[in-house]
Amino acid sequence: MKVKRVNHAKAAEEFLEDAPHLTFHDERLWDMRQKRDQQMHILPEWQDLRSRASEIKEHTLANLPEYLEQFEANAKKNGIHVHWAADAAEHNRIVGEILERHGSKSLIKSKSMVTEECDMRSYLEPRGVTVTETDLGERIQQLDGQMPSHIVVPAVHKLVPDVAKIFAKNYNTDPNDNSPQSLAEAQRMAARPVILAADAGMTGGNFLVAETGTFVVCTNEGNADLSSTVPNLHIATLGIERIVPRMADMGVFIRLLSRSALGSPITQYTTHFRGPQKGGEMHVILVDNGRSARLGMEEFWTSLKCIRCGACMNTCPVYRRSGGLSYGAVYSGPIGAIIDPTFNERKYSALPFASTMNGSCTNVCPVKINIHEQLYKWRRVLAEHHELPFVKREIMHMAGRLMGQPTLYRTAINGTEVALSTLPRFVLYNWLNPWGKHRELPHPVKQTFHSWYKENRLKKGKAQ
Amino acid sequence: MKIGLFIPCYIDAFYPNTGIATLELLEKLGQDVDYPMNQTCCGQPMANSGCNSDAAAAEALFVKNFAKYDAIVMPSGSCTHHVRDNFDAIPQTDEVKHVRAHTYELVEFLHDILKVEDFPWAEFPHKVGLHNSCGTLRALRTASMSELGEPFFSKPMDLLKKVKGISFATPKRPDECCGFGGTFSVTEEAVSARMGYDKVRDHHEAGAEYIVSADTSCMMHQQGCAERNGVPIRFIHIAEILNGARA
Repeated sequence: MKVKRVNHAKAAEEFLEDAPHLTFHDERLWDMRQKRDQQMHILPEWQDLRSRASEIKEHTLANLPEYLEQFEANAKKNGIHVHWAADAAEHNRIVGEILERHGSKSLIKSKSMVTEECDMRSYLEPRGVTVTETDLGERIQQLDGQMPSHIVVPAVHKLVPDVAKIFAKNYNTDPNDNSPQSLAEAQRMAARPVILAADAGMTGGNFLVAETGTFVVCTNEGNADLSSTVPNLHIATLGIERIVPRMADMGVFIRLLSRSALGSPITQYTTHFRGPQKGGEMHVILVDNGRSARLGMEEFWTSLKCIRCGACMNTCPVYRRSGGLSYGAVYSGPIGAIIDPTFNERKYSALPFASTMNGSCTNVCPVKINIHEQLYKWRRVLAEHHELPFVKREIMHMAGRLMGQPTLYRTAINGTEVALSTLPRFVLYNWLNPWGKHRELPHPVKQTFHSWYKENRLKKGKAQ
Repeated sequence: MKIGLFIPCYIDAFYPNTGIATLELLEKLGQDVDYPMNQTCCGQPMANSGCNSDAAAAEALFVKNFAKYDAIVMPSGSCTHHVRDNFDAIPQTDEVKHVRAHTYELVEFLHDILKVEDFPWAEFPHKVGLHNSCGTLRALRTASMSELGEPFFSKPMDLLKKVKGISFATPKRPDECCGFGGTFSVTEEAVSARMGYDKVRDHHEAGAEYIVSADTSCMMHQQGCAERNGVPIRFIHIAEILNGARA
């Protein structure tokens, strides 16, 4: 089957045409970055925490099977059912089977990137299960039929009037009522009955703790706690890389997570799930879905350290100006650009190029993933695997040959000068010239440095 | 010390004054400088596009041109970053290793190697906004990075402070990338141009008459964005100010 490449540049161009959305998106996420900086300045040990977090994750990933088995054994002792899902299909099947066994038809869930990754809703819904997202942003995205555009704030690309329109369509509210309070109230009124009547709850999770067989879920809305405790059945799904060895490690990660994500010291709710509630049932699904393969990639395995804080997205000047949906993938922004190609090289081959490789992402990453260096390495891998567009590849072949031949090169440079100073504007600024679409070309000059040097130094007797 | 001067292609073709200023400045500081006439490119555009093998000819020629010098100096952060950190399309012979270890961006060469104390000929009675390219900032580390919360330092600022009459404007997002990004400026032209526009507006609103930078490529892009959007701001390479340009 022919896979269509995501065209980030085109989607981004469309995003840029809408000034109010663009400005809000850029400023809102930049504000989150600023708040993250303030939190960093409050903690003198910030860089030590980052190093610790990185070391813990690298150690854990290097011993992943042992820690996962330790988790499984301890979780079982706690009365938790543990499942292993090799891929998205197996994950969805496991969830479907658990629900079927319980006769559950209404599933409420909190935000989980893994269920997005597995496209779980579109598996369950045809099987008669109604899935309701309880995170506000995620619910907005569900109602609008879109993927989350950000891993922490899934609807950040929308403005209040957008939400008012979506709610009007689904909740019969006034489409012109743009008060955030009444919109939040509408969501609450719509969600509460669903939550109270649901027969199964699902959450993602931020951390698995091997030594205790427990897991930790961090949210700001309390919706994960409702989703997990109102129904008697709680299914939690987590990627296998979410594991840490000890409970004490939480002291490092909890301090970093919300500070990096939103610039708040801690999430409103940090819940440690230790086992099923009385009379209830608890399931944990450990999802691989390409992670083991990624662990074997010498240059890219450290991307598994990611704790999904979104700091790299908030700081990324490209992400802020192109919106998460332009990446056409569950994971967007810098972290998305280095992990999406592991799911499908061709489909996501443009994403490592949707970056200036400025390096800000690497600097804010709380677990020190060298994101911008991996972007650079991905470009090489994609070129070697023939995943570059034909024109780009040919231009680089030609440029490479030209740059190796000083005489030809000199002719070309002089030609550029002549072209810039003699060609009319409509030739220089046409649709073939992407540089000139939103920018002026450099001004022509009388003389290159090369010829100036020849005249002013070589002719005046300076020996080469 | 014998210095080989590398003038990147876009400076050679579009900003010869930056090349001239770099050469004259090094000469004023008493340095023995050569400009090898057969130079072309360091290989960065090909390597950054993932086409590393296409960078091999440029890299080999670069080494051929510059292996005999004690120091290779260039008024470009991103080219320096390429040579120092990513120059691996060709076998890493002793010559290649020598070139990579002795290549300097102009500001770090003046600041760290020559340790220049003053520029008595320099005077620039204008308010400038300093643009640190991502190459100089996050790869060469010539200034502190806002994301790390480290104590403030800035090698280009140290040098500029020695210039008579100069004053500084502080943009709101001093570390934000301007969006040039090499081939990114063409393949992602819409995002690139928007970033450039935001960057020049930030400097303009902070009161800068000039944007000064150690990287001409960023300024070539920013100038194009400023002119298209009617943002009245001028551009000058740090070498020109340190060499005594008055405007």
